Amino acid sequence: MSKQARPWVLGSAGIVFALILWWIFTHSATGNTMITAFAPENIPSAFAALFSRGVLLSDIGVSLWRLLAGLLIAGVIGIPLGLAIGFWRGVDQFSAPLVQFLRMVSPLSWAPIAVALFGVGSSPVIFLVAMAAVWPITLNTVSGVRALDRQHLQVAQTLGATPFETLRTVVVPSIKPYVLSGIRLALGIAWVIIVPAEMLGVSSGLGYEILNARDRLAYDEMLAVILVIGALGMVLDWVAQKVLR
Amino acid sequence: MARTLTVENAVKTYPGAQTPTLNGVSLELNSGEALVILGQTGSGKSTLLRAVAGLEELDSGTVEIADHGRLAVVFQQAALFPWLTVRQNIELGARYKRNRGRVQKDRIDSLIAKLGLTGLENRKISEISGGQAQRVSIGRALAINPSLLLLDEPFSALDPATREELQGWLRNLIDELHLTMLMVSHDISEAVTVADRIGYFEAHKGFTRFWSPRQEEVSETEILDYYRNAAGQGSYVI
Repeated sequence: MSKQARPWVLGSAGIVFALILWWIFTHSATGNTMITAFAPENIPSAFAALFSRGVLLSDIGVSLWRLLAGLLIAGVIGIPLGLAIGFWRGVDQFSAPLVQFLRMVSPLSWAPIAVALFGVGSSPVIFLVAMAAVWPITLNTVSGVRALDRQHLQVAQTLGATPFETLRTVVVPSIKPYVLSGIRLALGIAWVIIVPAEMLGVSSGLGYEILNARDRLAYDEMLAVILVIGALGMVLDWVAQKVLR
Repeated sequence: MARTLTVENAVKTYPGAQTPTLNGVSLELNSGEALVILGQTGSGKSTLLRAVAGLEELDSGTVEIADHGRLAVVFQQAALFPWLTVRQNIELGARYKRNRGRVQKDRIDSLIAKLGLTGLENRKISEISGGQAQRVSIGRALAINPSLLLLDEPFSALDPATREELQGWLRNLIDELHLTMLMVSHDISEAVTVADRIGYFEAHKGFTRFWSPRQEEVSETEILDYYRNAAGQGSYVI
């Protein structure tokens, strides 16, 4: 087997293996309606049902929109915050305990506060996504600033660059790879967070659709949504790898 | 002759140091003059250069540079920007408001030719040699048409053959472009090749001796002897 084909062949074998396990598991648990509903052969009809109700595409759209909005807010806050922490020791020392504390608090623990502050709807979900995504972006920006070549800054300074020109021509291109990998990291975390976040007081999105399917005892649809979440997450990560380089 | 640089009574003591690194140093540099500063390691010659560049703040004293202080610095490491091409690195200064109107495209083209970089303009920085990188670094400094060019041991990280080649090349460039230059070096033969005037810099004392290799016969041995005597007096601090 060629080196290039190997990951594809083994990866496909892994998926087939999982499908077999899935089939055996759902067929050996006769009597448990929930597990038997999970059987692989039920999934196409579950997808058909989700499509015919017209919810699947709109749920995907809503979830992606919330994800992007949360990431955007995280970037708008995290990048300047990371620059400030990276450049000014005072800001670093001032914020270090706060940042360490906040990033250790699970973003989902803010959920009741988010709902109290923003009411029901997309806002609290976007808030929770931003809370989850802001730290990797901030900390990676800080790393980028710390890795800046001081001589590059001195070159710009001696060539007469204003602080803004130095930011534009030296700092931004230097820290770009760090910030982009921070955004990628944030994207992964945010995608994991958005599903439980959408189980709180909203009536759309993929997370909501899981609860909705459970409440209607449509377990096959629940699993279909879970499959969509996993597949979309993989696609998002792949796109991020290609775009955020 | 027009004066390009005037340093008066420059004093600098680093935090925690017992004695000042620069102890009332004065220096004058005329337009079109190339001065190379020699001296023991730790004598403060790089500090003086950095103070002239505005990268080091003086405790007291003044630095005055003609033409609104327009200068450019070349460091020991080329410090090129890896996300830019050779040409974009050279043109960097043109992107700054202070230098607008001073960098013309045809001037950059002729500069690239003078730097011996024709054909390499669109190369990435990772695709050129150390010697070429230092030429680009000098080109980046010259592109803004500085009134004063500062070089801090620009060739010391290069191999001996490239170093020797670039020393002769730099001297030709000085003549061709009538550069006013202040360079710190550790290499006596480099100083003799490049300089109109060589200044020997001693810790706490400042300049204790000047030579003019373009006007008088200056042997490297003579300068080396001066080094040894200065060192023998224990007048430097490491």
